[in-house]
Amino acid sequence: MTVYNFNGQACSEGKIKAENLNFYYGNFQALRNINLDIPGCAITAIIGPSGCGKSSFLRLLNRMNDLIYGSRIEGTIELDGKNIFDKDVDVVDLRKNVGMVFQKPNPFPISIFDNIAFGPRQHGKKNKIELEEIVENSLRKAALWDEVKDKIEQSALALSGGQQQRLCIARVLSVEPEVILMDEPCSALDPMATLKIEDLMRSLAKNYTIIIVTHNMQQAARVSDNTAFFMMEEDRSGSLVEYGSTSKIFTNPKDKRTEDYITGRFG
Amino acid sequence: MEIRTDFNKRLREIQDDILIMGSMVEKAITTSIKVLKEQDMTLAQQLIDDDKYINRKRFEIEEKCIRLIATQQPLAGDLRIIISVLNMLTDLERIGDYAAGIAKIALLIGCEEHLKPLIDLPRMAEKTVSMLQRSLDAFTKRDAAVARQVIGEDDEVDKLYDQVFRELISFMIEDPKTITRATHLIWVAHNLERSADRVTNICERIIYIATGKMEAYNYKNKN
Repeated sequence: MTVYNFNGQACSEGKIKAENLNFYYGNFQALRNINLDIPGCAITAIIGPSGCGKSSFLRLLNRMNDLIYGSRIEGTIELDGKNIFDKDVDVVDLRKNVGMVFQKPNPFPISIFDNIAFGPRQHGKKNKIELEEIVENSLRKAALWDEVKDKIEQSALALSGGQQQRLCIARVLSVEPEVILMDEPCSALDPMATLKIEDLMRSLAKNYTIIIVTHNMQQAARVSDNTAFFMMEEDRSGSLVEYGSTSKIFTNPKDKRTEDYITGRFG
Repeated sequence: MEIRTDFNKRLREIQDDILIMGSMVEKAITTSIKVLKEQDMTLAQQLIDDDKYINRKRFEIEEKCIRLIATQQPLAGDLRIIISVLNMLTDLERIGDYAAGIAKIALLIGCEEHLKPLIDLPRMAEKTVSMLQRSLDAFTKRDAAVARQVIGEDDEVDKLYDQVFRELISFMIEDPKTITRATHLIWVAHNLERSADRVTNICERIIYIATGKMEAYNYKNKN
């Protein structure tokens, strides 16, 4: 079956594929037997109550868990058919390909230009003209160019919260990823800045695969094509309860627990 | 810079859809009276069959509305539009049923000669279609004044209905052999009169969209 995102575009199926995925922090099992097939060029939202493992799952997708001592993985996550946990995968390349935007905007305390040029420079791009081009393109894609083009050399910290978050998105775009992970990207922003980021996500979904973790169920409903609902089992490990098109999940979920959660009756 | 681009696009789509459905229904009413006048049985059957497209359109729009409510948290004017569209759908779909009903009556009448040349019935249909067209126009323009004016015009349809009714009753009194044929035509008149009433419902919704107020049509003039 072909899946369409709500730009009416056909999504490539199985861009990211988690199979029989278990994840442990030491003895504690944080994720239990996750099987999830995330289509490309679409927005997938992960929702669920606190502690259900949705952020843990998101962080696995670009191996941020590598940084956590004592964490352990079973099963696979494939990106375009290649298991990202294979020994021959270069984690720097992986993270270039799978960018991440965090809850709080985290610009570096340097100029707007240097923030965006940082990644490309790390990957060996030194030519000034080329860098200027990358910076402008990235800022345009992040719908920030018009607001900052006259103060590109000023400190990024002088921008508003919403602008800083779009800067962080531009910074991710500058290294030309295919997948963008977003962990509560709007929770520190006001409603207007939130809607701007959501519009931006919709326009980016034409070319990028976006996975967003959010506590804000309405945001998941507004912005995503597909929604995955995670929940904590009795042993506190997180598991996938239901996964489907966002309109289906929010109008006619299959699982009673999903219904209870989205109607505010538990969680 | 426009905010909520996707939501706006989908809301516009719903409004375009209702105009499309409106014109399907307009065409159905016009065709129904043509069928009756010309006693065209093939066209009658086609009109009855085609009613399914109107029904299908109704569910399609309804689903889009439900999806928007479930996922986009529409509020204020946006919410009024979606809720009103849901109501308008029911009225439009029912007008479609009335048109199909007229085609069914035409099949019942068959090729039997009409009691008299059809004059007031086509006039009722014309008036109803014109009311419907202008209500859809008022919907596009969010024009409560035009919507109120259209509601006022329902009286003309009612008067025509009374006239047709009286006339057909007198036929029946004079010659009981005409009872069946006259009754069929009374049904047609009734369908048209109800269609115009449905248009006034639609107009009430347009007033609600434009002003946020629910104004009930004044029924005291009705018989």
